[in-house]
Amino acid sequence: MSAPVPAGTKFPAAAGKALADTQLRRNLRKATTTIRDKRASVVGELPDWQELREAGRATKERVLRHLDTYLVQIEESVTAAGGRVHWARDAEEANRIVAELVQATGEHEVIKIKSLTTDEIDLNGGLAATGITAYETDLAELIVQLGHDYSSHILVPAIHKNRSEIREIFLREMPDVDPGLTDEPRVLAMAARKHLRRKFLSTRVGVSGGNFLIAETGTVVIVESEGNGRMCLTLPEVLISVVGIEKVLPTWADLEVFLQLLPRSSTGERMNPYTSTWRGVTPGDGPQEFHLVLLDNGRTDALADQIGRQALNCIRCSACLNVCPVYERVGGHSYGSVYPGPIGAVITPQIRTGASKTDATSRTDASLPYASSLCGACYEVCPVKINIPEVLVHLRARVVDEKREHKLPTPEMIAMQAMKWVFDDAKRFERAEAAARLGSRPMARGGKIGTLPGMLGRWSDARDTPAVPSESFRQWWERNRAGGSGGTGSGGTGSGGTGSDRSGS
Amino acid sequence: MTALPESERSANAAARAEILARIRSALHDVPADEQPADVVVARHYLRSSALDRAAQVDLFVERVEDYRAIVHRIAAIELPVAVASAIRQRGARRIVVPAALPPEWQPADADLLLDTGELTAANLDGTDGVITGCAVGIAETGTIVLDAGPTQGRRMLTLVPDYHLCVVFADQVVGTVPEAVARLDGTQPTTFISGPSATSDIELSRVEGVHGPRTLEVLLVE
Repeated sequence: MSAPVPAGTKFPAAAGKALADTQLRRNLRKATTTIRDKRASVVGELPDWQELREAGRATKERVLRHLDTYLVQIEESVTAAGGRVHWARDAEEANRIVAELVQATGEHEVIKIKSLTTDEIDLNGGLAATGITAYETDLAELIVQLGHDYSSHILVPAIHKNRSEIREIFLREMPDVDPGLTDEPRVLAMAARKHLRRKFLSTRVGVSGGNFLIAETGTVVIVESEGNGRMCLTLPEVLISVVGIEKVLPTWADLEVFLQLLPRSSTGERMNPYTSTWRGVTPGDGPQEFHLVLLDNGRTDALADQIGRQALNCIRCSACLNVCPVYERVGGHSYGSVYPGPIGAVITPQIRTGASKTDATSRTDASLPYASSLCGACYEVCPVKINIPEVLVHLRARVVDEKREHKLPTPEMIAMQAMKWVFDDAKRFERAEAAARLGSRPMARGGKIGTLPGMLGRWSDARDTPAVPSESFRQWWERNRAGGSGGTGSGGTGSGGTGSDRSGS
Repeated sequence: MTALPESERSANAAARAEILARIRSALHDVPADEQPADVVVARHYLRSSALDRAAQVDLFVERVEDYRAIVHRIAAIELPVAVASAIRQRGARRIVVPAALPPEWQPADADLLLDTGELTAANLDGTDGVITGCAVGIAETGTIVLDAGPTQGRRMLTLVPDYHLCVVFADQVVGTVPEAVARLDGTQPTTFISGPSATSDIELSRVEGVHGPRTLEVLLVE
């Protein structure tokens, strides 16, 4: 999927546009606060939540440190259960594999379960190029697909659309819809049920992602709410699941941790309505042909970074989006990727490598690690303890290192070098302070400077600069303490206690 | 399944080799003699419930009802009457059941369809409901788990009909998710059901019953 903002847009530019959309901001605020409160309440019910988080984190660490072993085990267990395993190095290879598998069935239509992984590789676009139509069956994905739109939230992709907008899309795009359709959510959901029912009963090929892959048994796990997932993975004759190589869990028993962490963090429910598990082919029950496509697409590049690697722990719950003060204001489209929010800011720049890396995506990706105030709320809610602020700071350092490799210094680097020269020497620093006081006076309004002059203007595009005070701390000290009353003047009466009420004792 | 053509087989082998090589090179910091079990996973979370049996069953009922499913608590002897009454009140006529469903769970006055594996999704679409048993119930989350056992049948039986009547015995109810996972082994197709299907995709308003059964009714046998 190409980005909903022009390719190569940096985060601040895309965010500026989103911030001006008041309807979007209202929808986002309602969505994030509602889910945030539900999550907090169901997480609060579990006295062992922190122990579950730690078990989840450690399990993912075990998987990532031995990923090659587990993938070979998956291949054996899925094959033994009657499935076939395909390996895809990148998006293009995965799309080609799926297209060829569909073509081999002679079909031209597939039904799909909502899947971020297939969005990441633009599978629908890849299939369309070979004459195959993919029908999204998740209600929100259906709204997004019929509206020729883009997802803005991992869990509720159409959260930027309100009910009357959704009604208009259905009236325009569903040929069989009742023209008297109202904008009641129940009525709209029932229109979708009717619209998709025939597709579910007649389509012979289903395509899915996967939440977890169990190495020990070759079991695939899909967690969902609506039942469209069960339809797609039970009724077709052929099922193709495209799953990122990091989605592995060692054993069936590990589900005892992740089936607690995921629903509570994601939808804020004790358990989601439906979780399905299957392995390979079960005679007489469900699809009689099963293909598992194991996707790399940049994940091994993230794995090679010892700090960045933890981003691969992600189980796509979206809790970090809902607590992020930046996401709540700018929404998902500003992140220029199918992975929005704090987790997107650490995953996207790490996996958009190789063939996926273009000049345009590089510009976006270099801006993503800065799409955060580093407040740390995302780390606190993450069910698998990804230290997102740590990874963001690490990726910022990588962006700076890459810039340093370029021959031409940036204005920011020149400014920082000048600052270093000034800070190195006390006399130079005092003279610079005096100059700054004089120079800034004409620009300050209400204690703030809105726009800095010249090259510094780029810095002030996205932030106010406090006006330089009329007196420096050194000058204040000189006037009030050092030269004056003499109580605490001569060299250190101890830590902290410089208050005048102590000077007489 | 047809055999893979030779060209595809070698392309797949090349992709496999390259991905595994990339992983091994990315993990150069992991000592060669480290085993998966060397990465410690501390399991200090709760495995079992502190509640006694009766309280666990009470909690199960409360949590299933929380999803707006209907629950009736009955004695074993009442089962045939309870099944017939639920079906009658529902106004359901054509009912599908797995072929191995015990006869006393089968309502006498309904138009019964016994599934022995031949029914298609289109056949099921023409029915009003389905009656099954279950593998395990989870009190803490109000979840019913089906694992395709004899009283549950194929997965599509409990998916296509609009109404699901499920018989749960009190001794099938466990306290926690870890206890439930321990009773299953992941080798059979398994479905965890927590209330009727639902969506919150439109302005986060919860709507019950999208594609799966719109009504879930539970007979809890004590």
